[in-house]
Amino acid sequence: MIKVENIFKSFGNEEVLKGVSTIFEKGKTNLIIGQSGSGKTVFIKCLLGLFTPEKGRIIYEEMAIQDMNKDQKSELRQQMGMLFQGGALFDSMNIEENVMFPLRMFGKSNKSEMLDRVNEVLKRVNLENVNKKLPAEISGGMQKRVAIARAIVNKPKYLFCDEPNSGLDPRTATVIDNLIQEITKEYDITTVINTHDMNSVMEIGETIIFLKEGKLVWKGDKTEIFKTDNEAVTDFVYSSDLFKKIREVQIKEK
Amino acid sequence: MKYLKDIGSYFSMLRLVFSRPTKASVLRHLIYKEINDLIINSLGIVAFISFFVGGVIAIQTALNMENPLIPKSLIGFATRQSILLEFAPTFISIIMAGKVGSFITSSLGSMRVTEQIDALEVMGINSLNYLVFPKIIALLFYPFLIIFAMALGIAGGWIAGVYGGFVSSADYATGLQDSFIPFHITYAFIKTFVFAFILATVPSWQGYYMKGGALEVGKASTNSFVWTSVLIILANFIITQMLLG
Repeated sequence: MIKVENIFKSFGNEEVLKGVSTIFEKGKTNLIIGQSGSGKTVFIKCLLGLFTPEKGRIIYEEMAIQDMNKDQKSELRQQMGMLFQGGALFDSMNIEENVMFPLRMFGKSNKSEMLDRVNEVLKRVNLENVNKKLPAEISGGMQKRVAIARAIVNKPKYLFCDEPNSGLDPRTATVIDNLIQEITKEYDITTVINTHDMNSVMEIGETIIFLKEGKLVWKGDKTEIFKTDNEAVTDFVYSSDLFKKIREVQIKEK
Repeated sequence: MKYLKDIGSYFSMLRLVFSRPTKASVLRHLIYKEINDLIINSLGIVAFISFFVGGVIAIQTALNMENPLIPKSLIGFATRQSILLEFAPTFISIIMAGKVGSFITSSLGSMRVTEQIDALEVMGINSLNYLVFPKIIALLFYPFLIIFAMALGIAGGWIAGVYGGFVSSADYATGLQDSFIPFHITYAFIKTFVFAFILATVPSWQGYYMKGGALEVGKASTNSFVWTSVLIILANFIITQMLLG
């Protein structure tokens, strides 16, 4: 579980996060949604400790990240897996080396044990026979799956995903969404996903928070989001033609 | 004000480079890779330039010797002094600022743009130690490249001088040994170590802290070359004044 208490973050005179508080639950896919520029990425980078908020606390289980010393922060980060928007695979390493990387840095296993674990997670994300390929030699969807494999290889307690579907076709995006949800249940981890993709919201939105101009304006789940009267949320949800038509049908049925 | 901030950021980077070290077995592998990328892969261009510049120095010296009273051995002497004191340590370093410096800046800049540096940080790795420290260690081998440049420069001068009919082998060899001051070698290597440090750290700073996209990676590489060259020239002036002035 991750508890966020009233965090503020600015860049120069621009206040990006304005007192966000929430709880991300264990064993669930927790979504952060909102329009571009609403502060989602800054929020997730604060959770990861890449940005330090000026005010507020981010509590992992029992301890606030602000109260941790360098060693505790380093230990916490070893319990985190992160899926970046572009995958962030190391392009000088092949797929096997990319996935093995966290094990090599922190693991105590020998090479054959590491290789077994790499093959196990690659199989888990439905990737086989790509071990020796470079990231540039595989598709965007496959790169995302490799990035998921790298994120879970060290059996993390927390999984963060920044726009996991960006740049993917709808079918591949659904595969990635389902994979993330399955892994969340299987490993019983706290998963936080930053997205603006409504398909993801419908597929895996177990808990959802909506950010607008750096403030948390709504919290609920994938069924509640279609029933809310919150204007900011309805503007966001029904901004596409498809959802507008669904809304019209709903209103007619009422 | 911006320059002061940049200088502060550079020294802050250096402090972080030497803190929270990466696992030794991983680091060893990274150092071998950097030695290959930065030193071994530069041998070809350094050999080519050194050999021909050595030849040009010998020919230029010969063509400017109109007075028959000046001994032909001066060609060997002038080539040695030019190569040992300036060409090999300083001008090879300027060339390396273009080759190695741009490579370091663009590779770190690309890693920044594609969030690979963020990925390292999220994993709890000190990305500066992981990425920059092996480059500094690899460039401790830079003096070997400079020895190689010195040897080839002098050999180029000998071939151009002798086969061009400007000087005999014996006269060239006499010139090479004439008024030799061993401290000049020490001076050249002190400079080389300072330049190696500049070559490893200034481009790394430019690449690591760059902001923006692909276009900015190109701009950062250009800035890296400019600043590395400027600092090498300034350091050259200061060291020369201190040691030989």
